[in-house]
Amino acid sequence: MGLENLLLGFSIAVTPFNLFVAVVGIALGTIIGVLPGLGGANGVAILLPLTFTMPPTSAIILLTSLYWGALFGGAITSILFNIPGEPWSVATTFDGYPLARQGQGGQALTAAFTSSFVGALFSIVLITLFAPLLAEIALRFGPPEFFAIQLLTFSSFVGLGGGNPLKSLVSILLGFILAAVGLDIVTGQLRMTFGITDLMKGFDFIIAVIGLFGIGEILLSVEEGLTFRGAATGMNLKVVLQTWKILPRYARTFVRGAFIGFWMGFKPGGATPASFMSYAFAKRFSKHPERFGKGELEGVVAPETAAHAAGVAAILPMITLGIPGSPTAAVMLGGLIIWGLQPGPLLFTEKPDFVWGLIASMYTGNIIGVLMVLAGVPFFAAILRIPFAILTPLIVVVCAVGAYAVHSSMIDVWYMMIFGVVGYVFKKLDYPLAPLVLALVLGDLAENALRQSLIMSQGSLTVFFTRPIACVITVAALFFLFMPILTPWWRRLRGLPPTPGAPAEA
Amino acid sequence: MTRTADLVTAALLLLIGLIAVFDSLRLGAGWGSDGPKSGFFPFWLGTLLIAVTVAIAVQAWRRGPGKPFVTREQLRPVMQVLWPAVAMVGLTVVVGLYVASALYLAFYMRWVGRHRWLTVALISIGIPVVTFLVFEQWFLVPMPKGPLEAWLGY
Repeated sequence: MGLENLLLGFSIAVTPFNLFVAVVGIALGTIIGVLPGLGGANGVAILLPLTFTMPPTSAIILLTSLYWGALFGGAITSILFNIPGEPWSVATTFDGYPLARQGQGGQALTAAFTSSFVGALFSIVLITLFAPLLAEIALRFGPPEFFAIQLLTFSSFVGLGGGNPLKSLVSILLGFILAAVGLDIVTGQLRMTFGITDLMKGFDFIIAVIGLFGIGEILLSVEEGLTFRGAATGMNLKVVLQTWKILPRYARTFVRGAFIGFWMGFKPGGATPASFMSYAFAKRFSKHPERFGKGELEGVVAPETAAHAAGVAAILPMITLGIPGSPTAAVMLGGLIIWGLQPGPLLFTEKPDFVWGLIASMYTGNIIGVLMVLAGVPFFAAILRIPFAILTPLIVVVCAVGAYAVHSSMIDVWYMMIFGVVGYVFKKLDYPLAPLVLALVLGDLAENALRQSLIMSQGSLTVFFTRPIACVITVAALFFLFMPILTPWWRRLRGLPPTPGAPAEA
Repeated sequence: MTRTADLVTAALLLLIGLIAVFDSLRLGAGWGSDGPKSGFFPFWLGTLLIAVTVAIAVQAWRRGPGKPFVTREQLRPVMQVLWPAVAMVGLTVVVGLYVASALYLAFYMRWVGRHRWLTVALISIGIPVVTFLVFEQWFLVPMPKGPLEAWLGY
């Protein structure tokens, strides 16, 4: 039965138009991933308005392809320029950049792309198998279960996100408060608008994404004195084939990375810890741990496999539960709503062509993607050689165009600028931005789930513990939430220093 | 100093928390006839935000002044991007997005990058034209337009 659905999906994904859309998406996505200030999330946000007139399946294929492209593009800048475009590319720079400096850039890039592809494929197969099951279970979920999942989503940012847990909590709370601004659909009352008409619509998270990640990031990179000194690519067919001959040696690293990536990735904020964890494991089990950090190919394979597996796994909760696992998935979720689809478990029964088209396009998109980036590295690397005095204003203009296009409203462009400054300050003070965006997206959903749960129980919080599924999820959520308090205590109990070393070990 | 920046940010966030609590109390933060009132959720969010920002402020205070938050040399390029960008958004209302972005691109490229006038002209005119073709013509997403576009008949 599953196979039938997948075949249906392929019949949709492999039409000439959708393949064309995938190619365009990957090309644009890779460019976006290479450019500073434009990553997966805001790239998807800026292009979202262009999909309004497209059929939903083609639209989601465009956006997901963009995402795969951005994930591939991150590896190019990490290896050749030592600039991690996204936090989960940081671990790739440890060995990728030294390799490139030693003239092994082609080898490192081939390994990175191949690992990304393997990691992604692993997650896609698991999604194909488990998404329908999860959706079926989720059909039986009531408001308490959904609220518990939301709680789990946000507490995993606090517990697993790294950094200061209090600051993660602030980002979440701020996101929820901003989401509450405007009309309360349940009671019809206006909240926190203070008579200002422009506030009645509330804050759109897509604008927040463009501002926080786009403008904020560009401000940060000009501050650091944007100079790209790239290593030579050294990429040709011979290098690719030679590297492919070596790669099977790292089979265990691939499998481990893919498992870590998928396991961490379907929970929010998981891609970054997954990449570091996979790197640390590869180093620990390696026969030559001393070579790590100096240009060991396995040190590229491990984080890339995990990061890409995690990036793909973030799609799973989005399509089955309607709860995104990453800011990029959140923007896609926003897209679903704009295209007139109701995200959540019902999607599988009501729009099978959409869901299976999407899943099948994940296979085709990643196959096209890996071939395109392998062939196109010199072109994509050349983008970073464009002078920054041209790139910087260009990115600002692209962000402004994208922000305006969402609602054709000028106030949104101003909000984008404000969010840009906020993003810059938050980034400098280590407030994480992803939980803020996710809270802004999920605000209304979470609040409604909480309200309905409380109505069911006449206002008692025990409703989250008396229902078995809700109870398990709530307990897990509370565990993650209090993990930052429990960890030092637990470590002291075992006679270890209270704070663990940097997760990177490098 | 980073501590000052941390404290100022915490204070602003605290203010947001206070606004949320204050407005929620106006709407009613308790139990209404048909479930939690409008202010229920924001009230608890605000309360928690106040508590957490106070904790962050205490943390920051204890940690000491730290590195400078931003040096003059770092701030200069940031402002070079920011102010012209604000000016561009302001100009958009008057002359439309295409002209405003062309002016912004040209200004930044010439002022910061000191590129040749030919490069400046080609890129600052080329980019808005491409944007126009992609958004306005191909995907039918309209952008704010001004007198120039009106004169050209759009």
